[in-house]
Order: sequence, then structure tokens, then C-alpha cells
Amino acid sequence: MELTLDFICAPSEDVVARVIEDELIIVPLAAGIGDMDSELYSLNETGKAIWLHLDGKKSLRSIAEEMAEEFDSALSLIETDVLGLVGELEKRKMVVIK
Amino acid sequence: MSYVKRYKPHEFNILNGKRPLLGQIDIELTERCNNNCIHCCVNQPEDDADLIRREMSTDFIKGILNEAAALGCLSVRLTGGEPLLREDFVTLYLFARRLGMKVILFTNARLVTQEIAELLARIPPGHLVEVSVYGMSPDSYDRVAGSSGAFVGFRRGVDFLLQYKVPFIIKGPKIPFQQEEQDELEAWAVSIPSMGKIRSSSMNFDLRHRRDDFAKSLRIAKLRATPEESVAFLARDPSFFKGMAEFCSKFIGPPGDKLFVCGAGHGTCIDAYGKAQLCLPLRDSESVVDLRRVSLKSALQEFFPVMRELRATNPDYLRRCARCFLRGLCDQCPAKSWAEYGTLDTPVEYFCDVAHAKARYLGLLGEKEYGWEVKEWRERVAQLVAAQVAAV
Repeated sequence: MELTLDFICAPSEDVVARVIEDELIIVPLAAGIGDMDSELYSLNETGKAIWLHLDGKKSLRSIAEEMAEEFDSALSLIETDVLGLVGELEKRKMVVIK
Repeated sequence: MSYVKRYKPHEFNILNGKRPLLGQIDIELTERCNNNCIHCCVNQPEDDADLIRREMSTDFIKGILNEAAALGCLSVRLTGGEPLLREDFVTLYLFARRLGMKVILFTNARLVTQEIAELLARIPPGHLVEVSVYGMSPDSYDRVAGSSGAFVGFRRGVDFLLQYKVPFIIKGPKIPFQQEEQDELEAWAVSIPSMGKIRSSSMNFDLRHRRDDFAKSLRIAKLRATPEESVAFLARDPSFFKGMAEFCSKFIGPPGDKLFVCGAGHGTCIDAYGKAQLCLPLRDSESVVDLRRVSLKSALQEFFPVMRELRATNPDYLRRCARCFLRGLCDQCPAKSWAEYGTLDTPVEYFCDVAHAKARYLGLLGEKEYGWEVKEWRERVAQLVAAQVAAV
């Protein structure tokens, strides 16, 4: 199934996200999440900003539009970032598609 | 472009180039244990009602975990006693994991049930479970554990861990009357999927950390490996010499009069009754803070830094330990000094003897020399490193 901007995504309940020293850390909670159970993950600044918008209610397109306005950036660039991040997280089962 | 960065376990304590105020916390859930091991420096009776009444409540421990998480902590070690004796273990385990903490569990595995193993498989602790082993047969195990039927329970627990593929390692004491089982233990360790060779075996046992039982401490002292036995055991490992040469090149040298030259007080260990200690073994009442009165943050930011600046005043310590370059080879520390003598700065003769035996084996000292007498210790360490390079 190809990820599109029409999808609605939310953080998986099998991960825990915490902000430590301004860094957004994702900790796998259940078995099979991430690549290895003993690792942690962090998101870069763009990824962190997108993650904080993933609420399981808004479509990825809406999130991109909100962020383009918020950061005064080109919508097409933000859309690429949103799909890129969510694609990475989805592969690692850190987000669920509603 | 990748939006996600993976951290290896050893990188957990430095995030975004910064070190959180608290990287790891140890929580001793109870001092009680279902074993009564002959070499143990902590254990209390399993059913001691007074101790149960004094132990931290579930909510209190949750509060500590919450506070630790707020300080950036990503790792908690749950230890004891036997932590699985606590009826709220599962609740606390899940609470810590849901705070995003990895859980390092120390257990003798006797209380690992099918349900516990299934939980550890479904929601992994994020770290290998560490299982203490006290023998390879019912006779030897139960003799060390001081509890009839202990071996059967231990094997049952380990079998559940294996059945549910919960990664674990084994560790255990080297008790004199178990010598003949050492090879069998090491062979078993290699067969455990998550393990490999046993990394270390305790044999230079601590006396009772609370100085609460003179007879037990006396018994422990009799079980300690002699300095010569310690060296002989370590030297069985072909990598010992190389490892020690590397170690000495980094961690050797006179400590001076500052008592805490280790990591004590950078993290903390919370004892079963809510006292924050600088480290797991140091129980001296002058060195701990009651978290019922003081926040964890205050303990870390205000009390521990003051403690870490303590200087030795014992003339014997200043003459010997403060000037001895064998610091990295020696287990001398305020906690061990307190357990042995009730002061923070008394040289522990046993650990001094063990350190000197290691140093003589490595060629850092002559037969009649002492570590505090050697001025040109850097040259000796350099010779050790050079000898290792030449051997390779």
C-alpha cells in the first residue's frame, strides 16, 4: 500500500515518545518495533515538528498545509518531508495508519 | 535524507550532545529474598513483615520513576533482594517501560512464571535480563542459596525465559566448593542464545553493606578468593593480560585524597525504603538522602556534589591509598571501606592485597614493592603496554 497525503496517521501505542534535552526520543515498547529492541530513535528537527502534528485525526495533507503556513515554507517541500518521515516510521511500525 | 536517527545502547546518556541530569537510576525494590545466599551482602528474610511495612509503596516508586523521567532518565535497574518478590513488580515494570525507560532486571529467576516470561517477551525490557546462578546441581545450588528446592525453581524460571526467547545472561559467584562446576557453568553459558562467555564472576565478595550481621560478614570473608586464587582465575582468560594492559593505560594512577573518584553520585540508587544513595553499596546513613523529604533533583544537584568533594583524613589512607597508583586495579572505595570498618576512608586490607597480587602478576610491581612507593608508575604502565604489543 503506497503512502499518500490522504492518509491519517498516529503514533503507535507500542512506542513511547519523550522530549529530552530538546531531542524527541522514540522508545520501542513492544516486541518487533524498530530494528532492535535495545535501541532508541530520535527525530531531526523537521521530523520532530511533523511528529508533534500526528494526532490520528488530521490527514497528512492537512498537516503539511498547517506546517507550510506555520513555517512559511513551500507546501511541496513540506509534503515531501511529511511523506518521507511517515514512510520511515511506518516501516518501523512506529506509526499506525488510521 | 533520513529523518530518524538510531541510538546504540551506549549512546543513551548523551543526547543532542548533552548529558541529562540523570542517565540511569537503580531502584532496589526490596532487600528481601527467597534465597539466603551464603555470600550475599544484602539479603533479608523473604517474609519479614516489618521490612515489608517499611518498603516503598507502589505510588512512591512511581513518583520516583516519574521524577527520574523528568530529569532525562532512560534506564532503570530493578534489583534487590529479589525484585520479583514484590507483588507490584509487573505494575512497576510496565510503568517504567511506559515512561520510555529500558529496564535492567536483576533476578535469581525463581519467581519467573510463564506470565512473567510472556510479559518480558511481549514488552521487552530493552536490556538483557541478568540472572544470578548459584550452582549447576540441586545440591550445590541449594547449599549456596541456603534454600531447599531453590535450584528446581531457578531452572523452571530459566526454562520459561528460554521458551519465550527472552534474552538473558547469567552471572554468579565463584564459591570455593563449586570449583568442579566451573567448566560446566561456562559450557552452559555458551549455549544460551543471548549470552556467550561469562563476562565476570564475583569472587572478591563485599561484606554486609549495612554492617547488620557480623556473623554473616565473617562467613562471607571466609568465602572470598585469596589474592592468588583471584589472579589465577582471571589469568585463565587468554584476553586478561591484553585487557588489563589497555585498562591500565587509561585508568591507573594515584587518586589523591578525594574519596569519590568513581561515578558515585552522578546517578543514584534508591534503597528499598526510599533513601537515595550515591551508589548501590554505600548505605552509611550520613551519605544518603531520604526522598520522603527531599526531591530526587535536590539529591542529585545539591547533596551528592557536596559528598563527592569529601576528602580522606585517615592518615593510613593518605599514606597508602591516596598515593597508590593501583587505583584502577583495586576495589577500595568509600562503600567497601564503610562495609568493612564503618568509615569511608580506611584501607581495606583484602582489596589492597588482591590489587597488589594483580599488579605483581602484570609485572607492575616487584615482590616486595607497594603501589604507593612507586614514583615512576607511568613508565611501568608503558612497559606493560609495550609488552602486550610485542606479544601480539
